[in-house]
Amino acid sequence: MNNAFGEAQHIVLLGGNSEIGLAVVRALISPATQTVTLGCRSLDKGAIVAATVASDTVTVDVVHFDAADSAGHQPFIDAEVAKHGDLDAVVMAFGVLGEQSDFDSDPVVAADAVTTNYVGAVSSGLAVAKQFRRQGHGVLVVLSSVAGERVRSANFVYGSSKAGLDAFAQGLGDTLAPLGAQVLVVRPGFVHSAMTKGMKPAPFSTTPDVVAARTVKALRAGKHTVWVPGTLRFVFGIFRHLPRAVWRRLPLG
Amino acid sequence: MAVLMRRAMSGWGRTNPSSCEVIDVDRADIAAVVAQASSRGALARGLGRSYGDSAQNGGGLLVRLGGTAADIFLDPDTGVVRVGGGVSLDDLLRVVVPRGWFIPVSPGTRSVTIGGAVASDIHGKNHHVDGSFGNHVVSLTLLLADGSTMVVGPQQHAEIFWATVGGMGLTGIILEANVRLLAIETSRCAVETTRHDNLDSLLTEMSDGDEHYRYSVSWIDLIAKGRHLGRSVLSRGDHAKLSDLDARAAGDPLRYGPRQRISVPPLVPTPGVLNHASVALFNEGWFRHYPARRASVEGIGAFFHPLDGVGAWNRLYGRLGFVQYQFVVPFGEETALRDVIERLSASGAASFLAVLKRFGVGNPAPLSFPSPGWTLALDIPARSKGLASLLHDLDRVVLDAGGRHYLAKDSHTTPAAFRRGYPRLAEWQTIRDRLDPGRLWCSDQARRLELVDQAIIRSSS
Ligand SMILES: Cc1cc2nc3c(=O)[nH]c(=O)nc-3n(C[C@H](O)[C@H](O)[C@H](O)COP(=O)(O)OP(=O)(O)OC[C@H]3O[C@@H](n4cnc5c(N)ncnc54)[C@H](O)[C@@H]3O)c2cc1C
Ligand SMILES: NC(=O)c1ccc[n+]([C@@H]2O[C@H](COP(=O)([O-])OP(=O)(O)OC[C@H]3O[C@@H](n4cnc5c(N)ncnc54)[C@H](OP(=O)(O)O)[C@@H]3O)[C@@H](O)[C@H]2O)c1
Repeated sequence: MNNAFGEAQHIVLLGGNSEIGLAVVRALISPATQTVTLGCRSLDKGAIVAATVASDTVTVDVVHFDAADSAGHQPFIDAEVAKHGDLDAVVMAFGVLGEQSDFDSDPVVAADAVTTNYVGAVSSGLAVAKQFRRQGHGVLVVLSSVAGERVRSANFVYGSSKAGLDAFAQGLGDTLAPLGAQVLVVRPGFVHSAMTKGMKPAPFSTTPDVVAARTVKALRAGKHTVWVPGTLRFVFGIFRHLPRAVWRRLPLG
Repeated sequence: MAVLMRRAMSGWGRTNPSSCEVIDVDRADIAAVVAQASSRGALARGLGRSYGDSAQNGGGLLVRLGGTAADIFLDPDTGVVRVGGGVSLDDLLRVVVPRGWFIPVSPGTRSVTIGGAVASDIHGKNHHVDGSFGNHVVSLTLLLADGSTMVVGPQQHAEIFWATVGGMGLTGIILEANVRLLAIETSRCAVETTRHDNLDSLLTEMSDGDEHYRYSVSWIDLIAKGRHLGRSVLSRGDHAKLSDLDARAAGDPLRYGPRQRISVPPLVPTPGVLNHASVALFNEGWFRHYPARRASVEGIGAFFHPLDGVGAWNRLYGRLGFVQYQFVVPFGEETALRDVIERLSASGAASFLAVLKRFGVGNPAPLSFPSPGWTLALDIPARSKGLASLLHDLDRVVLDAGGRHYLAKDSHTTPAAFRRGYPRLAEWQTIRDRLDPGRLWCSDQARRLELVDQAIIRSSS
């Protein structure tokens, strides 16, 4: 159960090695927290980060989770509930950015990225929602991206997968709200993490810790959407409405 | 049979709602309804005046008994009343006061059911003299998990009786209770009020004088700091005798008809209207309102249930709600009490008047809250900055001093902290589990604090 302050006892991270995801989990951990489960496609990598999350009061479990394996998502959630009880907070942070040039040369690589970013979010999100319905509460944090808000030609496959994810998460949130559960859509801009390593930072770049702090604050305030940094909400408010001919020519990398 | 309806439910503090099926049932239907509960279980709900998650059951069933004056049978010779578990203290008072009887223990609101009063083993301003609600219960009719009913009391199935008193609905549904009432000559109270400029003066006065009064309670301004820390108003008294009334009042000494004067509309802005500035202003005005010493004759409503004059006042805290924090620390641990008050005052949290009183001896119920010592209760908006960690810190101060927290108010503490305060939990669990091996009864609070064996809940959730 979450307590009166939204402090979760049982936290699950899907994409257990994600830098942003781990930062969010660390920010969520409180004296009320008992168990954190890291759902990772690589158990070895998971074991290393687990040690950085565990403490005297928090036990960390590393469990195999592959976002691209939709059939495995319901069993993953069922096993989790059987072992640790109600899902209080779930953070969905898996994702691949990829290179648009690779996608262009091999459409199957593009389809794989979309399978992880979008299809995997749909099947795992719905499995989580089923349990939220059953237990009558729960919060789900979904890491979307500004890239889905207005898709750029430079990474439109990734952008389109995030656009789909974002729309899915909003719809899920609207379905679950009357049932006492909350879905928070997080839309960061450029974040310095493993995913963007070596890339030239875009304007308004930020860090996983900032994303995490803003996410937890928005959760506690009962919000459904949060932009990080907040300014991006207004920037994209304008971008959204630019005519295609103008948007296409903007030097956004 | 009534239809099931899925709804988000929360406690009086409106903090962490969960959704469940809520159903209003008659006594005749209740066993059949409960038998249909899913693996998320069932729980009785009274009027939802517990502040946290005691009376919610996410994904499961919440059963409301309801009850009216028709479910009240007073034996005028013995003063024992037989009353339905869903009947409110408000309805009960309206029936019994005009006939010269009063409830043995009154909480700060009349909007509490008999079931809720027993399940939380509630206390009033007379705990130091009369103990808690369970002490005055002659017997209970309990609906058990297997669908049967059982009559329990201090003389029959005493173990089950005391597990139900303070048992937070987790032993079964209280269908009916026989409660011994207190005889009164009038419906007024003779009250003495004294004002105190600091905590020492208050504690001394309460320690020395409380035993001369049936009722005693003080309100502390938690915003005051420094040499005004603990400034407070102490109010003590008893039911007025006929001879205490003036001629006009004496003409109709048992007149009783409390009214709700105003109600807070549903549309309060999200952050609420209670912040440090508005609360400080209120507390200041309230403190100045009292002369250093005053004697008066007051109605039952004004003396026992001042907040009932305003309907739905919990809405003033806005959408994010508020938490109530209540603990007891043993006598001799005044340093811990002061430490808590200092930390609250220093935190700048917008706490309304805090209520301080002294508890007398406790009863045999393993989960009953009152035990000899000082008990402090206060409300704070849930959105207050740093509140979550402040309360975890206060938990430690309270537990280190040998104190504990009140389940009816709790909405934030941890299973480990709860266990430190209630060393008899395992004893209670053994009795509970024997009555309900399939874990039918469950609440969000029971899940959060692991009051009911988790292994079984988990495999079925
Ligand atoms: C303004 C205010 C002042 C208060 N003052 C005091 C006070 O001075 N002293 C004090 O002790 N408390 C006080 N309280 C707390 C209140 O008395 C308790 O929380 C009480 O249990 C509420 O009763 P309810 O009918 O609203 O029950 P709910 O809040 O609906 O339920 C509380 C618990 O009782 C159980 N329960 C309810 N009905 C039954 C039943 N028929 N059978 C079995 N279990 C049942 C529920 O399962 C739940 O665990 C106050 C609350 C408010 C809002
Ligand atoms: N960084 C940014 O600028 C930025 C901006 C906006 C949104 N986001 C989004 O934020 C989320 C977290 O990103 P991040 O910055 O923390 O990057 P990250 O550290 O690279 O995290 C992404 C994680 O997803 C995991 N993953 C990829 N495919 C998976 C699969 N099939 N199954 C399970 N896990 C899989 C990766 O696991 P491995 O470790 O095993 O590879 C990796 O740990 C992503 O959804 C990303 O799209 C990032």
